Amino acid sequence: MVFTGGWWFAGNRKERNMDLDSVALYHKMLTCRRFEEAIAVLWHEGRISGEMHLGIGEEGINTGVLDHLGDDDAVALDHRGTAGMVLRGVDLAAIVKECIGAADGLCGGMGGHMHLFSKGHLAASSGIVGAAGPTACGFALAAQHLRPGTVAVAFFGEAAMNQGMLMEAMNLAAAWELPVLFVCRDNGIAITTASASVTGGDLEVRARGLGVLGKTVDGADVEMVWRAAGEMIDRARGGRGPSFLRATCTRPEGHFLGDPLIRIARSPLVELKPRLGPLATATTSAGGAPIAQRIGSLGRITSMLGRTARSKLGPAHDPVKRLRKRLAITSDALVTLEQEVDLMVKGAVDKALAPVTATGEEASQ
Amino acid sequence: MKEMTYAQAIEDALAQAMAADERVVIFGEDVPALRMNLYARFGERRVRQTPISESAFLGAAVGAAMAGLRPIAELIMIDFVAVAADALINHAAKIEAFSGGRWQVPMVVRAGCGGGYGDGGQHEQALWGWLAHIPGIKIVAPSTPADAGGLLTAAIADDGPVVFLEHQLLSEDWLDYLGAGGRSTVSYDIPADGRQGVVPDRWEPIAFGKAAVRRTGSDLTIAGVGVGIHRAAEAAERLSREGISASVLDLRSIAPLDRDAVVSDVGRTGRLLVVDEDYRDYGLSGELAATLLEAGLTARYARVAVEGTIPFDPVRERAALPNVERIITAARNLMK
Repeated sequence: MVFTGGWWFAGNRKERNMDLDSVALYHKMLTCRRFEEAIAVLWHEGRISGEMHLGIGEEGINTGVLDHLGDDDAVALDHRGTAGMVLRGVDLAAIVKECIGAADGLCGGMGGHMHLFSKGHLAASSGIVGAAGPTACGFALAAQHLRPGTVAVAFFGEAAMNQGMLMEAMNLAAAWELPVLFVCRDNGIAITTASASVTGGDLEVRARGLGVLGKTVDGADVEMVWRAAGEMIDRARGGRGPSFLRATCTRPEGHFLGDPLIRIARSPLVELKPRLGPLATATTSAGGAPIAQRIGSLGRITSMLGRTARSKLGPAHDPVKRLRKRLAITSDALVTLEQEVDLMVKGAVDKALAPVTATGEEASQ
Repeated sequence: MKEMTYAQAIEDALAQAMAADERVVIFGEDVPALRMNLYARFGERRVRQTPISESAFLGAAVGAAMAGLRPIAELIMIDFVAVAADALINHAAKIEAFSGGRWQVPMVVRAGCGGGYGDGGQHEQALWGWLAHIPGIKIVAPSTPADAGGLLTAAIADDGPVVFLEHQLLSEDWLDYLGAGGRSTVSYDIPADGRQGVVPDRWEPIAFGKAAVRRTGSDLTIAGVGVGIHRAAEAAERLSREGISASVLDLRSIAPLDRDAVVSDVGRTGRLLVVDEDYRDYGLSGELAATLLEAGLTARYARVAVEGTIPFDPVRERAALPNVERIITAARNLMK
């Protein structure tokens, strides 16, 4: 299979997908999973600097939505945009090269994984939480003028719903009847803070309050996401305005690789040791809150760690495993498909790492 | 006297201020996890987590400060101030002037800043010149643990809005949170004197607008803040081996700016080299040139600053930031 333009990428088709093809969806989801796992390895090896936000656990949402897009549709991604770029048909090796900062990466090594841009795919990212909303509105406005019948999709997390710019964007989309789909990937945690503890009301109701059609689905069920997104995108294409799709998910790596809470949950003895002394000193220092409040704080810290330890990608929450069980496909065909994906991802990573172009000079010549 | 890391000094100064004054409260994203010790000691009312709503909680800090609290709002990174710029630029900075000096806004905005850990141009800007452009806000960027604690103590005690910028390479908390993520496979060019150092037993405020002379020389003056000062000190050491004697002036605060110290030292050396991790154009480096001209000084002048968007690629990132080699080259050129 040629991985730079496989038949299964909606982004490479002129006509959008009309029928649910579970095998094709599985192929896409598995590609995202394997690709992001490969990026995680590179990050752990120290080949990628800075933060690394991956969408492992979100494949059902990304795939179920983006499967509906055609060539002229636009996508505004957040800091977790790697899978979105893959699903739009961006060359995998170019993404890997961008992640390692190569001069011949997708963005010349200037952006890194948080700032992936592909003008040809009308796909843009941002490391600023909530920024996808206004950008998608602008993409949708341009669609109204220049590409009638096309749509824009914004991806963000539930924590971004508390950003003013995103709420304003939803109102703007409603007021201007923009062809936008706002996709909220809800894992319930804002970096390390429980979203429920810093969020008022219900997100779907909030969207409706701004005049945007809202629906919540299980993001681990790609078929459910696919159907809901399809209806909403059809609606937008037909000029009937914006929608908001909230899809729940579990991200086993938390906010970013090396998430401090996940590290503590996975290696409590190693990670907690340097923290416990200062924590005990602080808790028992003179001056500060009454003892009951201090104990309350410690209790909340403990429950935060407990919550993190429990937040694993079990079979019920893993969109890839869930779809795999349901596939109407022979086991031979499944093995072939999975080998194909593995080879494709490995090929892309090998290609990206093969020439020594990370510092750029020779590659740019 | 004892030793502390940069991050420990900040936490220690915060704890001292919070224990002394009930009105000092902290809020920001993730503070229960990031400020676990303060959260345990002072409780959730005074160490309060926020939604990712910078414009709301920075604006709330302005209101809370006006109404009697002394809030410290944490932005994680100063880049995110752009999301909440209105609270700072149109409100925090203006209230005292608008009220005819009758109403103050005693708030601190605490944020990481600066590059060198590979997070790209939206997460490692300095922005101090951009902020200092606005009258009514004080901007500090400490380069050592002792300065970090002392300047933070002064910031909390100050009756106006202060932006307190912690370099992400100096603060082990931020660097681990944002850069390393527990990895042992990555390393950074961290100035040792900035990461750890001697601190006083009890924090006393360090006055803003007072530069610290890190090194005295006779041929040129190198001025700057933050990590740039450590790069300058290393460059000065190496320059001394080739017979070039440089002063290193740590400005410590960008606003107010210790113009007298710069004029005085450059008056002696006749040359100014500004090392600035912020953008070159329309910023601190140009302001220092104007300062010399206004003082009637004729001096040779050069600057090593960031000239464009900081590249993600770590090699080009390093080249874009003021580094020792660039400083040495600029100093040699000034001596020609």
